[in-house]
Amino acid sequence: MSKRMLMQGNEACVRGALKAGMRFFAGYPITPSTEIAEGCAYELPRVGGKFIQMEDELASMAAVIGASVAGTKSMTATSGPGFSLKQENIGFAAQTEIPCVIVDVQRAGPSTGLPTSSSQGDVMQSRWGTHGDHPIIVLSPSSVTETYYLTIRAFNLSEKYMTPVIFLMDELIGHLRETVELDDEVEIIDRKQPQGPKGDYEAYQETEDLVPVLPVFGSGYYYNITGLTHNTAGFPTNNRLIADKLHSRLMQKIEKHRKDIEDYEEHLTADAEVLLVAYGGSARVARAAIEELRGKGVKAGLYRPISIWPMPEERLRQLSERIKKILVIEHNYGQYVHEVERVVHEDAEVSFIGRVSGAEIQPAEVVEKVEAM
Amino acid sequence: MPSKLIEREMRIANLPHIWCPGCSHGTIMRGLAQAIENCGLKREDTIIVSGIGCSGRAVGYMDFDTIHTTHGRALAFATGIKMAEPRLHVIVLTGDGDISAIGGNHLIHACRRNIDITCIVLNNNIYGMTGGQYSPTTPTGDYATTAPYGNIDRDFDIPLLARAAGATFSARATAYGVNEAISIMEKAIRHKGFSLVEVVSVCPSYYGRKNRKGDAVRMLQWQKENSVPYAAVGKMNEEDIKGKIITGIFNDDDFPEYTEEYQKIIDRVRVK
Repeated sequence: MSKRMLMQGNEACVRGALKAGMRFFAGYPITPSTEIAEGCAYELPRVGGKFIQMEDELASMAAVIGASVAGTKSMTATSGPGFSLKQENIGFAAQTEIPCVIVDVQRAGPSTGLPTSSSQGDVMQSRWGTHGDHPIIVLSPSSVTETYYLTIRAFNLSEKYMTPVIFLMDELIGHLRETVELDDEVEIIDRKQPQGPKGDYEAYQETEDLVPVLPVFGSGYYYNITGLTHNTAGFPTNNRLIADKLHSRLMQKIEKHRKDIEDYEEHLTADAEVLLVAYGGSARVARAAIEELRGKGVKAGLYRPISIWPMPEERLRQLSERIKKILVIEHNYGQYVHEVERVVHEDAEVSFIGRVSGAEIQPAEVVEKVEAM
Repeated sequence: MPSKLIEREMRIANLPHIWCPGCSHGTIMRGLAQAIENCGLKREDTIIVSGIGCSGRAVGYMDFDTIHTTHGRALAFATGIKMAEPRLHVIVLTGDGDISAIGGNHLIHACRRNIDITCIVLNNNIYGMTGGQYSPTTPTGDYATTAPYGNIDRDFDIPLLARAAGATFSARATAYGVNEAISIMEKAIRHKGFSLVEVVSVCPSYYGRKNRKGDAVRMLQWQKENSVPYAAVGKMNEEDIKGKIITGIFNDDDFPEYTEEYQKIIDRVRVK
C-alpha cells in the first residue's frame, strides 16, 4: 500500500495507467480532462515512456492506435467534443482489434456545452458513438480510489480481449479530491504474442476464445491491418461469408466473456424494498440518499454497474424479481434508464430522476422522489 | 512471371492489383520497393502505413508489416508507431485527397515536428476510388464529376506546402520519370527527419477521361514533355513555368529530429 495521500480523480487515472504499463499517451487539451494529459506529459518520460500533444483529437486517437500496433500500451483522454472526434478511429481500433484506452471525462450538454460542469450525457455515445456494429467495453468509476484500480482494469481488459476500452468518467469524479491509499500489488495483463512459425501466420485466424493473437509490428510476421472488412490473413474482402464471420466474431468476442468483463457493486440490497440504480458520479448521490432514507425507515439499496457496457444485467434482473420499485439516477435526460427498463421488463416499476443543467442532483431530491414512488 | 524484385517485396498471392489499366500507381509502388531495397532497409524494421483511396490499397500488396488506416490519418498513425519504436523505418503511402484535403492538418504538423517519417504522395489530381471528384490538386478550370462546369478552386502544390510547413526534405517526381522517382525516394528514406516526395501519377480512367487527356501513354508522354527540373526554374520566367510539373528535390535540410529530441528528455529526467 502507498502512504495516504490527497489525490484528484484525473490524477488517479494517470497513476493507474502508469501502473498498468501505459508507456504512450497522445492527447489534445480539453476541459475537464486536461490534467490527465498534463500528468502524462510529466510522468511518462520519467519512466521511459512517451507523451505527445497532437494537432487534434482525431490525430491523438490515431497515434494511440499506432503506438499500440508497435506494442506499447497506449491511452488518450478527452471530453465530449473530443470524444465525438475520436469516434472515427475508435471504430478502427474495434474493427482491427487493437487494444487501447480512451478516457472520456464527461461535461454537460451537446456541442461545446458546459465545459466545467459534470454530466453523464455520453453514456449511449460510449456504446454506439462510432458507426457500424462493433464491440466495446466501457467502465465507469465513482471514486478517486476506484479510478486508479479501474484504469488498470481498463488496460487489462483491453489487452486481454484486444479491444478499445472506454474509461467513462464524469467531471464530478475527474475533479474530485479524496484521500487515497493505493495498492501497488495489482494484476497486470499483457496481450498474447504468437509463438509458432512466422511463415504463413494468419493474424486474424479464429481462436478458441475468439480473441486474435496479433503480433506487434516489427516482430517479423509481416501482416496487414486494415479497417476494411478483412479475411483471417488481414486482407480486404467483399466475401459475404467472411464478412459475416468477422463482424459476428467481433460481437461474440465480448458476449462470450461477459462473465469476466461484467462488474457491479451492490450496497444494502439484501433487505431493500427500493432499488436505486446509478453509476459513476450519480452513484455517490444515491449512496447519500440511501443513508437518509434508511434513517427514515425506508429500506433502500444501490445497484451500481461498474462495467456500463456490457451491462451487468443478469444480477439486475434477479434483483428486480424481488424489489418492485426501481429508481434510476443519471446526470442526463435519461439514457441508461432505457436499458434498465429493457432488463427488468415488467417485473418492477422503473422511475427516473435526471438533470441536464450541469448541477448535481441533490440527495434530498432523490429522497423526495423515492417517497413519492 | 513476376520479376525478382516483385517476388522479394510483394505479396504475390494478392496480385494482380485492383488499380485500373493505365494507372501509374503500380509503377510507383514498384519504384518504392526498389528504393527500399536500394537503401538496404531490413524488412522487420520497415513499416508501411497508408490512408484511404487508390493509393491506400498499395499496402495490401507490399510484403512488410503494413497498416491501412482511416482517411487522411495515415501520418498520425505513423507518428504513434515512430514515437513508440523509433528504430522502425516508417513509410507513409498516401494520395492527394488523403494527404492535402482530409489529412491536411496532420500533414502540416508532421512537417513541423520533423519526425523521421517518409511520406510518398501518389498525386493523380483526382479522387479515383470514389469515381472522379475534384481534389485539392485538380488544376483550376479542370473538370471532375463534382466540377461539371470546371473547377474554381485553386490547387495546392503539395511539396511546397510541406516545405513551408517545415518539412526538412521535399521533392517531386513523375511516374514517367520513375528512375528519378526511385532515386529521390531513396534519398527521402535516408533523410533523417520528415521527408515528403510527391510522385505525379496518371489516372486515365477519371482525371484523364474527364479532361480529354488521352490514354495512359499519352498522359505519360505529357508528363515527359512538361516536366521542368527544379534547378532550371530560377532561369525561367513565370509564364513558361505555368502548368509545368517541377521535379527534383526542393529542399534537404538538417534539423533536429523529433524522436531523438524526445529521447534527450527521457535521458534527462528518467528516474534511475
